[in-house]
Amino acid sequence: MSDFTSDFWSVFVALVTVVSIVGCAVFLKALSVKRVPGSTVETMGHVWDGDLEEFNNPLPKWWMWLFYITLVFGAVYLVLYPGLGSFKGVYNWSSQGQYGAEEQKAQARFGPIFEKFHQMDLEKVAAEPEAREMGQRLYLNYCAQCHASDARGSKGFPNLTDKDWLYGGDPAAIKTSILEGRGGLMPALGAALGDEGTKDVTHHVLSLSGLTHDGIRASRGKETFAQNCAACHGPEGKGNVAMGAPNLTDGVWLYGGGESAIIETITKGRNGRMPAHKEFLGDAKVHILAAYIWGLSNTGEKVAAE
Amino acid sequence: MQEQTTYNYKVVRQFAIMTLVWGIVGMAVGVVLAAQLLWPDLTYGIPWLSYGRLRPLHTNAVIFAFGGCALFASSYYAVQRTSHTRLFGGPLAAFTFWGWQLVIVLAAVTLPLGITTGKEYAELEWPIDILITLVWVSYAIVFFGTVATRKVAHIYVANWFFGGFILTVALLHLVNSAEIPVSFWKSYSAYAGVQDAMVQWWYGHNAVGFFLTAGFLGMMYYFVPKQAGRPVYSYRLSVVHFWALIFTYMWAGPHHLHYTALPDWAQSIGMVFSLILLAPSWGGMINGIMTLSGAWHKLRTDPILKFLITSLSFYGMSTFEGPMMSIKTVNSLSHYTDWTIGHVHSGALGWVAMISIGSMYYLIPRLFGRAEMHSVKLITVHFWVATIGVVLYIAAMWIAGVMQGLMWRAVNPDGTLTYTFVESVKSTYPFYAIRLLGGTMYLGGMLIMAYNTWKTVVGAKAVDAPILRPAAAH
Repeated sequence: MSDFTSDFWSVFVALVTVVSIVGCAVFLKALSVKRVPGSTVETMGHVWDGDLEEFNNPLPKWWMWLFYITLVFGAVYLVLYPGLGSFKGVYNWSSQGQYGAEEQKAQARFGPIFEKFHQMDLEKVAAEPEAREMGQRLYLNYCAQCHASDARGSKGFPNLTDKDWLYGGDPAAIKTSILEGRGGLMPALGAALGDEGTKDVTHHVLSLSGLTHDGIRASRGKETFAQNCAACHGPEGKGNVAMGAPNLTDGVWLYGGGESAIIETITKGRNGRMPAHKEFLGDAKVHILAAYIWGLSNTGEKVAAE
Repeated sequence: MQEQTTYNYKVVRQFAIMTLVWGIVGMAVGVVLAAQLLWPDLTYGIPWLSYGRLRPLHTNAVIFAFGGCALFASSYYAVQRTSHTRLFGGPLAAFTFWGWQLVIVLAAVTLPLGITTGKEYAELEWPIDILITLVWVSYAIVFFGTVATRKVAHIYVANWFFGGFILTVALLHLVNSAEIPVSFWKSYSAYAGVQDAMVQWWYGHNAVGFFLTAGFLGMMYYFVPKQAGRPVYSYRLSVVHFWALIFTYMWAGPHHLHYTALPDWAQSIGMVFSLILLAPSWGGMINGIMTLSGAWHKLRTDPILKFLITSLSFYGMSTFEGPMMSIKTVNSLSHYTDWTIGHVHSGALGWVAMISIGSMYYLIPRLFGRAEMHSVKLITVHFWVATIGVVLYIAAMWIAGVMQGLMWRAVNPDGTLTYTFVESVKSTYPFYAIRLLGGTMYLGGMLIMAYNTWKTVVGAKAVDAPILRPAAAH
């Protein structure tokens, strides 16, 4: 696709560029004089502010040549590389072309290394030391920003080592999470439940995992829970892996398990996002990455904390 | 009306003193930022003291408050003296002073509050942009009015540079700040996508080229020959490098957008003209330094001349480094690293600030009826503290930048990246510490200058020199 809306602009840009470079050279040539041997340099004869005067030394030769060299370099560069309107340059170089070529080269060189493991069963990959090392490097570059370099996550970003899986912990489910991404939506219920209602449900939720709670509030909240929360989190609050609804009874809290944190979650809702990596990393790399992450809680392998 | 018989020194005095004040403020904010990179929790997470809000405050304060006041002071001083007439426009000059201070204060309030357009070096929101326009147009009227009413036939070279700087900055500001307000403190750029980026960096690079280069070259062309007591080396060279410089700078902006969505042809042109810019830039350095030929011995004893000539050396170094960094291959290593920060500061601290400091040391005693500063010895101390500070700063950033660039591109035998980003941050820590030391030294030098100025000014009487009659026509 052309960068120009019409040929006119292409020609215009090329012409202005050429005229500018040539113009610089002509200007420089026009103003260069030779020092007459034996002559002394005079001032211009103008005086400002009492004592400000100007000599009129010729342009330093080395400086003139420096100027000419950059002009010639510029002209040659614009013949070889794109720059003069839509003229592609003798080398037919483009940044996209360079990117494509480099990627192809990298694919040819590194592709087979990943392909070897790509063909293998994911659980077997997890047992390969070489694949684990590769997976760890990928993890530290692409995942550690959110899930932390020890994979224990932080508020809002799941811990990947605790065997608690929102979307399932079998190799295929982990790989799908990385490839396709996930969206964990907890709707905001503050308006629907009201302050008191929210607090009651909160105490019911606290009671599910045996945390300190107000028994009266919890029993009031039980009914509200059944009507508003059970559809996703299940009647007993055990969650639903198919839709990524967290288990509320296991003591694992993505956004904090205290009273105020739970109230905030219910009132304002939550919108967790795991981005999709299919286009970005490709299936082969994700395969190794998934094996590495599965291995974190299945073969006892731990990420060496940086 | 009675003919005025003295120069308008009042506005020069005001701008000169504020140069010092804003220099200290702007550099102090810079030191805080440098410390935040070492200790991220330094300001206890207070939003308006966070790095992201203080950073534009630092850049605006040093460029437009410190640099701007230095340019106003020196251009107002030089233009009336080399035109042999009082500043044109009467109270308009005073308006530019108070207007500019208001702009600075508004910037110092709005930027920490998070009110910003998000365009680098043009962060101020639209109501402030309008005020800047008013002040700048008044500045142009005062400056060009003075040139137009000059009592000598020729326009001195310093005034070409000041004039070029004033005209171009007006153009840059108007085009880049075109924006659509949605509320009193929020607007959106008139351009979108890659066009917006291109306009932004056309502005950004020319802010360097005209605000921070052409304007300060004007300063150089007045104060270097004055302090050296020698004629300018070559009128011919000043003509060639002036026109070549202002013509070529206009093209160089795209080198800020190498390997981006900007079309390849625009990137190439940006790179080519950045390289062509080397000789025109060096023309100013040669003309300044060679002005000293026949008076080199003065460098040994005169600390003001030390400041002026060292600033030209840093100017030459930065204007070699700039074209080199604009070469695509070099840029692919240097871009997004601290090398860029080092480059900017060798220009800002080494060139812009040092030439301003030297010029202010020349100006201040003359504005207050003194023969020289309270202590010449302290100027020498300031010079060495500042010079060592700059060298520490830029050397640390060069090493850090090249190291970051190499770490980011290193790959393992399987093609995965060898280092995570955070590892490159960790490796940069020692250099952040050296940078903080260098910056603190530079700020310390400014405090020495403030003390010296205080002792010079207090008890002195402000004087307005009588207008000098032009030398007899030749």
